[in-house]
Amino acid sequence: MNTGTEDKAPPAVAAARDTVCTVRGLIRTYPAGSGARRRGLRRRGPAAEPALVRASDGIDLDVRRGELFGILGPNGAGKTTLVRQLTGLLRPDAGSIDLLGHDLVRHPDRAARLIGYLGQESIALDELTVSLAAETTGRLRGLGAAAARAARDAVLDELELGTIASRPIKRLSGGQRRLACFAAALVGERPVLVLDEPTTGMDPVARRAVWAALGRRRTENGATVLLVTHNVIEAETVLDRVAVLDHGRVIACDTPAGLRALVADEVRLDLVWRTDPPLDLPEIAALHPLADIAGRRWTLRLPHDHARTTVAQLTAGPAYASLDDFTLATPSLEDVYLALGGRSKGLVKS
Amino acid sequence: MTVIAQTGPGRGGAAVGTVNAGEAAPLAPRARFWSAFAAVYRAQLSRARVARIPLLFVATFQSVGIMVMMRGVVDAGDGEAARAVVAGSSVLVVAFVALNLLAQYFGQLRASGGLDHYATLPVPPAAVVLGAAGAYASFTVPGTLLTAIVGCVLFHLTLTTLWVLAVVIPLAGAALSGLGAALGLLAPRQEIATLFGQLGMSAALLLGVLPASHLPAPIGWVRDLLPSTYGVEAFARTLGGSAGTDWAAVLGDLSVCAAVGVASLAVATRAYRRAACR
Repeated sequence: MNTGTEDKAPPAVAAARDTVCTVRGLIRTYPAGSGARRRGLRRRGPAAEPALVRASDGIDLDVRRGELFGILGPNGAGKTTLVRQLTGLLRPDAGSIDLLGHDLVRHPDRAARLIGYLGQESIALDELTVSLAAETTGRLRGLGAAAARAARDAVLDELELGTIASRPIKRLSGGQRRLACFAAALVGERPVLVLDEPTTGMDPVARRAVWAALGRRRTENGATVLLVTHNVIEAETVLDRVAVLDHGRVIACDTPAGLRALVADEVRLDLVWRTDPPLDLPEIAALHPLADIAGRRWTLRLPHDHARTTVAQLTAGPAYASLDDFTLATPSLEDVYLALGGRSKGLVKS
Repeated sequence: MTVIAQTGPGRGGAAVGTVNAGEAAPLAPRARFWSAFAAVYRAQLSRARVARIPLLFVATFQSVGIMVMMRGVVDAGDGEAARAVVAGSSVLVVAFVALNLLAQYFGQLRASGGLDHYATLPVPPAAVVLGAAGAYASFTVPGTLLTAIVGCVLFHLTLTTLWVLAVVIPLAGAALSGLGAALGLLAPRQEIATLFGQLGMSAALLLGVLPASHLPAPIGWVRDLLPSTYGVEAFARTLGGSAGTDWAAVLGDLSVCAAVGVASLAVATRAYRRAACR
């Protein structure tokens, strides 16, 4: 989906505008409910059709060469279903996927020869050592024995995994395990990398190593990176462009700054009450219907003027005694997601 | 599929595509069958060090235990019953590991999305299935050998024809690991894969260890349907020493193992292909 971002594209992206991946009208449905219930419905005859859930509901995307393109959405938004179709693991019911001139709907097997993929699951690699996981993946990506060993050594050095190279992946911490799988995904160069929540569980040092490694591949080899995340901070800081997914639809697609500009006239006010909020005060009672309430925390998205007045009232008036903390912040991509009509919670800010 | 001429190798030798307008990017080369097979085999074999050793010990201990128990009711010396116990217990190690554990492994891999790793690599499906099946068959070698040696000593059978295990283990291993892989990949749920694996092993135990002539006819027919039977038969025939062995019958039994191995591995490869891309 293009939403007129041409003017806001960063210079690096503007220099290479050709499209690497074009997705049009992608639809993939699942029968709702468990397998047992589906079988039960079938037994009642063809009239009782199982309800269908559209995990991809008419998705359009254009990813440009060299971009770090993100797919952002809460759990259940359809991110992984989309990625599985892009990597040839799942056939769409309808729609087209063109990757570097190849029709991946007709030839899903070509995806493996164009894409380096990091899935969420590491079970196939868990019982291998970090070193063997990287080397084996390289061999299976078509490298010869010597080339696979050389690529393994280079990637393990790059990600500073040398000290844990001989340890089985399953015996590592969550973040190290993820980094080891990321290393395997990088062995055997590919023009496109598709990464499903690559930094889950990683500490800041490992995250920086991931972004640096991706940066090198983009600048040196012109690699394009498509990554799935539900972390808004990550999305705002590292991505060139973001497609915001909700219930199988792209509800917005732009640079993080472009998306935030959509809600630039609003600010977010977070109030944390010491105990129960003083609803007997009229100004607090008036705010109550506008608040998104999570325990003692109220989150309000208000126009600038309204926010200023509210903060003045709160800090000067009797309600201040009941306040434990308050913050006023410029909108994040989470605010964009909610402002665009995102219906689920579950975006992560860390 | 047309492989478009590769340009500019990137780091590590694979092609990194550069596209002109209207032209498809070059595809990176596929992994060749034998190198992919070797890589999967080696990786699977290395898993033994991490995860499989306790289970291999259990497999061997179980078989040796059965032989010790049966020694209480079966006389030592060259007889049908003694041969059946030793051969059945030895091939049981193969059934435990190659059929039961491999069915569980593929069932788990399929249920948890682990197949995605292989499915997103340009690797021939047969290389993944055969590599894993070969490694699981190899896991059985020490346990089967140990069981056979202990059995021959315990039942006063000759050790001179144990070399036949060099053929029995790979062929029975192919048949049973093919069956295990097919069950694991075809079972709709992981629990069902585990159940079938366990049932297959139980059948190999019950129908392999007892001499065929002691079984009622219908049970004998079920025994004939079980691929492990032919591995047991081939090995049992040789336990009386080279001179008394009907080598043609041994060859016949081993051919059945080989045929079942080829068929079941082909089914497993098809099942893998189906499970990997939905």
